[in-house]
Amino acid sequence: MTAMQHVSLGAHYAVHLPAPDDFAVWRDRARGLVQCDVPPDRVSWVEPGGTGDLFAAEGPSRSEKRLPVPPADAPPVRASKRFLELARHAALHSDPARFGLLYRVLWRLQRNPGLMEDKADPEVRRIEELAKSVRRDAHKMHAFVRFREVEEEDGTPHFVAWFEPDHHIVRAEAAFFMRRFANMRWSILTPRGSIHWDGETMREGPPARRSDAPGGDPVEDLWRSYYASIFNPARLKVGAMLSEMPKKYWKNLPEAALIPQLIAGAQAREARMVASGSLDMGERPSTLEGVGTAIHACRNCPIGELDNRAVMGEGPLGAPLMIVGEQPGDQEDRTGRPFVGPAGQLLDDYLSRAGIDRSAAYVTNAVKHFKFVWKGKHRLHQSPGAKEIDTCRWWLEAERTIVKPRLVLALGASAARGLLGKTVSITRVRGSPTALDDGTELWVTAHPSYLLRLEGEAREEQARLFAADLAAVRERLAELAG
Amino acid sequence: MPQQTLRQKLEILADAAKYDASCASSGTAKKNSLGGKGVGSTEGMGICHAYAPDGRCISLLKILLTNHCIFDCHYCINRKSSNVARARFTPQEVVDLTLSFYRRNYIEGLFLSSGIVKSANHTMEQLVEVARILREEHDFRGYIHLKTIPEADAEIIHEAGLYADRVSINVELPTDTGLTRLAPDKNARQIEGAMGRTKERILTAKDERKRFRHAPRFAPAGQSTQMIVGADDANDAAIIGKASRLYDNFGLRRVYYSAFSPIPDASAVLPLKRPPLLREHRLYQSDWLMRFYGFAPQEVADAAGADGNLPLDIDPKLAWALKFRESFPVDVNRAPRELLLRVPGLGTKAVARILASRRHRRLRLDDVARLTASLAKVRPFICTVDWRPTFLTDRADLRGLLTPKSEQLELF
Ligand code: SF4
Repeated sequence: MTAMQHVSLGAHYAVHLPAPDDFAVWRDRARGLVQCDVPPDRVSWVEPGGTGDLFAAEGPSRSEKRLPVPPADAPPVRASKRFLELARHAALHSDPARFGLLYRVLWRLQRNPGLMEDKADPEVRRIEELAKSVRRDAHKMHAFVRFREVEEEDGTPHFVAWFEPDHHIVRAEAAFFMRRFANMRWSILTPRGSIHWDGETMREGPPARRSDAPGGDPVEDLWRSYYASIFNPARLKVGAMLSEMPKKYWKNLPEAALIPQLIAGAQAREARMVASGSLDMGERPSTLEGVGTAIHACRNCPIGELDNRAVMGEGPLGAPLMIVGEQPGDQEDRTGRPFVGPAGQLLDDYLSRAGIDRSAAYVTNAVKHFKFVWKGKHRLHQSPGAKEIDTCRWWLEAERTIVKPRLVLALGASAARGLLGKTVSITRVRGSPTALDDGTELWVTAHPSYLLRLEGEAREEQARLFAADLAAVRERLAELAG
Repeated sequence: MPQQTLRQKLEILADAAKYDASCASSGTAKKNSLGGKGVGSTEGMGICHAYAPDGRCISLLKILLTNHCIFDCHYCINRKSSNVARARFTPQEVVDLTLSFYRRNYIEGLFLSSGIVKSANHTMEQLVEVARILREEHDFRGYIHLKTIPEADAEIIHEAGLYADRVSINVELPTDTGLTRLAPDKNARQIEGAMGRTKERILTAKDERKRFRHAPRFAPAGQSTQMIVGADDANDAAIIGKASRLYDNFGLRRVYYSAFSPIPDASAVLPLKRPPLLREHRLYQSDWLMRFYGFAPQEVADAAGADGNLPLDIDPKLAWALKFRESFPVDVNRAPRELLLRVPGLGTKAVARILASRRHRRLRLDDVARLTASLAKVRPFICTVDWRPTFLTDRADLRGLLTPKSEQLELF
């Protein structure tokens, strides 16, 4: 470089800054030096404890004294807003070369006022980079300071944190914490100095050591529980986490100690989540035969574990009408065919009276296995639960997708739930269609076994309603066929 | 049932909240605790205080008030017919947790949502009560996001917006048929009605603030929503269309996409394996294209394949560029901002830098390299003083050249 020549040609100056983050002093000295026309390669900038460069070795007081005094009529020094904004941040960077760089650019700005807009200029880029990493460091401080509560002698709580910043940001960021925790007493200790707020005034203190800060806080246990629970093991993305929360910060974050075990356990946890719940049934069969085979093997709900066999629906492909009952009963389970027991016979009766041809319809159940309890030698029918119906809906929907009926008739609340996914009141929905998600009409009526349980007038009344519902369905079918 | 400890409740109710994608705590009115009695500040930018191993930011205490629910939505782990462990916080417990986490600088505030207990109104009142205690009794000035329940009375939802920085109403599923099928207790009209009312109130409050300095603020960080992706068969084009209609009609701040995730005790109506997480990422990218890059929804949809889904191996902007090669190369020394924004690999910042720099010099490839993150990605689509792609955009294998090599395993 040419620095050595300049020493012989002209004076060289060393500026000693009182603190590594003292932008105001740098600005004042830089202004004077520019006004005295001192080129950048004849100034070195020295921060406390720093060696600056070769020339700083001459000793602080001597070189500082020699700083030239600008003439009274020296033209003002100019810098763009953008420069000032970036320089304020860049000056806090720990790079010892930062003040020299800032001075060089300030110098160049006097000749080229638009310099800061030339983003492709390497020195401009460098200042931007410095400012950016300082802002990032400040942001990480806002994020990763973790206070621990200690009790002062007078019983008031005092919140103390230990933080290790990369740059000289502590004083500059004090205001952020003051605005946020204005009514708390707190201290932030760092190897670059500490700050203390007592609710009214801010005090600065010397650099601290980690052991000066408290070692724990009972609330950290709760915080760790939260951290471990809010994380979704099905979405492990360690790289994304590391880029935002690099490992160098981990040692001061109480929750970070959990990370290795959370990651290690994630796959197992996801597997458990899937196994305990979302049943992986693979592809849904696309033929009725396929569904028939699959339901025999199905153990997706506890009913499948009982001593029974699955009962498949019956009827032609493309049947305009699909009739859905609740579940197979004792006789259906023995014969393997839907609606052959007492309720089935009653249904046949009503269908033929209403003029509906059962053999042209597809008849099936919401639940494919017979749910029962043993009573002596008899198997006693038990209604399926909402969850069992929802589970079995998988198969019912498969049948509906394959058969593609124009109209579905649900017999009873369980059947309605199997199609709608929610429980509806039969009195409220009967008599008019409800649209299924693909627009198919769903008609809901009572289950014939309900009629079997009634007597006298009540039975007559229900029988009339049932017949009326079937008549309406027949009419609607005729219209649809229309 | 034995009494649950606070910690057990926290575990259950945070676990139940982990499927919600939204987390942001930004964009609200600035406030701080100077001159007050409590703690808290918001300065425009939200702060992520931690990151979970799933890569997501933790900026708020995100919990449910309770995971008991009278509804039975099939994609939801809290639905009535699910067998999960249940718990319930009192409003005071949530307040205490929020404050003790906040005072230790773990969080920016609270994101509270809830299963529906007793009735929508009752639940909404409890949510509002938490916010009221925080704001009025503790003078809490941090961020509050309340999930509102569209089935609740408009008046209670209104009150929520007076305490909260942000309110959100989930649309849940991209299509109405998906909603009817998977969330039979919910109603699309009702959801959109509530969104529309919230929008009106946000606008009215803004207007009043202009006239009267002390007019109450109403959800200054606006409203957002979440859509579950992959639980029904809606494709990306349909999802993008839905999102853009929501932005237009309801002035939403954000639409969040949450890849349907395998949940314990799922309903069998959800046959699907989990959709690739990458799909969610591509949807966010397409969202950015619309919000910051001037793409029309239809243009983003054009980037999708024949099945209406965005490619997973490349980002949607590159997919668009490869499909509309005739728009390239773009001359970085002359092209207007809108065209520069279309160049794959040029972000809004890089474009701003290019526009500023070219007033001072005619850009060469070297200069562009300094202004962008990855020259390799940009090069085939631009020309500079010293560079013009030699029909590279015509090469049939361009996609192969630009497709990132298969992803590295995330070692730890
Ligand atoms: S009742 Fe249905 S879901 Fe349950 S095991 Fe049988 S076929 Fe499977």
